[in-house]
Amino acid sequence: MKDVKVLGSGCSRCIATAEMVEAEARALGVSVTIEKVTDYAAIAAYGVASTPGLVVDGKLVHAGGLPKPENVRTWLKEI
Amino acid sequence: MSAPPAAYAQPSQPGAALWIGATVAALALWVALYSQLEPFSIWFVGNLPVSPGSHLHEALSFFALDTPKVLLLLTIVVFGMGVVRSFFSAERTRAMLAGRHEGAGNVAAAALGVVTPFCSCSAVPMFIGFVSAGVPLGVTFSFLVSAPMVNEIALGLLFGLVGWKVAMIYLGFGLVVAIVSGWVIGQLHLEGWLEPWVRNLRTAPADLTTQRQTPADRIKAGLDAMRDIVGRVWLWMILGIGTGAFIHGYVPTELLASIMGRGAWWSVPAVVLIAVPIYSNAAGIIPVVEALLGKGAALGTVLAFMMAVTAISAPETILLRRVLSTRLIAVFIGVVTVGILAVGYLFNALI
Repeated sequence: MKDVKVLGSGCSRCIATAEMVEAEARALGVSVTIEKVTDYAAIAAYGVASTPGLVVDGKLVHAGGLPKPENVRTWLKEI
Repeated sequence: MSAPPAAYAQPSQPGAALWIGATVAALALWVALYSQLEPFSIWFVGNLPVSPGSHLHEALSFFALDTPKVLLLLTIVVFGMGVVRSFFSAERTRAMLAGRHEGAGNVAAAALGVVTPFCSCSAVPMFIGFVSAGVPLGVTFSFLVSAPMVNEIALGLLFGLVGWKVAMIYLGFGLVVAIVSGWVIGQLHLEGWLEPWVRNLRTAPADLTTQRQTPADRIKAGLDAMRDIVGRVWLWMILGIGTGAFIHGYVPTELLASIMGRGAWWSVPAVVLIAVPIYSNAAGIIPVVEALLGKGAALGTVLAFMMAVTAISAPETILLRRVLSTRLIAVFIGVVTVGILAVGYLFNALI
């Protein structure tokens, strides 16, 4: 079970990122919980300055712009 | 139960040559199209049932030439910008600014504002990210002024539609406004006017292992920026060209020159006051700038108008209200407005 957080205040890229994670997880057969973090203070607490950011199992893996699908797959597969 | 990570560790890059080749071919096509714009617009308007020399004919000519021209310019500038920006990220810019003091920090922030990815929707996370990582408030403001006002889109379109001299002047004075207004705000020591939760937030900068980017990745980043930005600004662009076409075809030169010409001392503050609440972006405003200059408006007045439209926008201000007190926003708008007024007057006096 992967715990994924998408950091972003609801921009179109943030929604696209969440959808990409969901699609990749389904394709890989990995079960995920996706949470959208929209509170500015909470986003800043992760240390990012650009959205969307992506946190997998508590670890920040990406910030700024759409992530690459192959990277998303890698993050979802890591233990 | 996980697949060996080796399959992903080395991102395969077949077709890097293919991507670069396709980019070169697209650039050649771009040049070919761009060179045909003027004959095309003359042919197009010539086929319309309007008599040559009429106001409508003038306006339509402007529209038929500028619409494909701005679109082509915007496409290539945004593509180039996407590629350049793949070398810069907000996090990297912040790391470069975090240790800086006012002065040199303001200069660095204004310069980085030109190349760092920015849109008004990302202004707030970026502002918090900068301030919480220890970037001084004045330096943060220099960035926040320069990022929307002096960017590749503004410079590229000015270069293509108005000329390189005006583009360089705009770059130089835009940076000066950003540096000086950030420095002034820093000297006022207004940290106490931030919303308390922002002031108290201290975060360690994210330690992102930088993802290696191949040339093909950077080209894809350019294409992605193109889709995103052209998709977002095309409506502003059409509105701007429509306004420019109207000015070009219907507004009498004498009238405009008497209002926005150098003779009218009050025209600089008047256009800035009009511009502050107007929200547009470079793609929307530069066709208007082109038309105004063509009708004898003074360069300083027009540059002040453009700076005020792009640097201060209502949506960004409303977003910033969540992290800045109203007083701080008022100071921000006040200082930037004074800087823009100074540029307008200086230019009209010099040229």
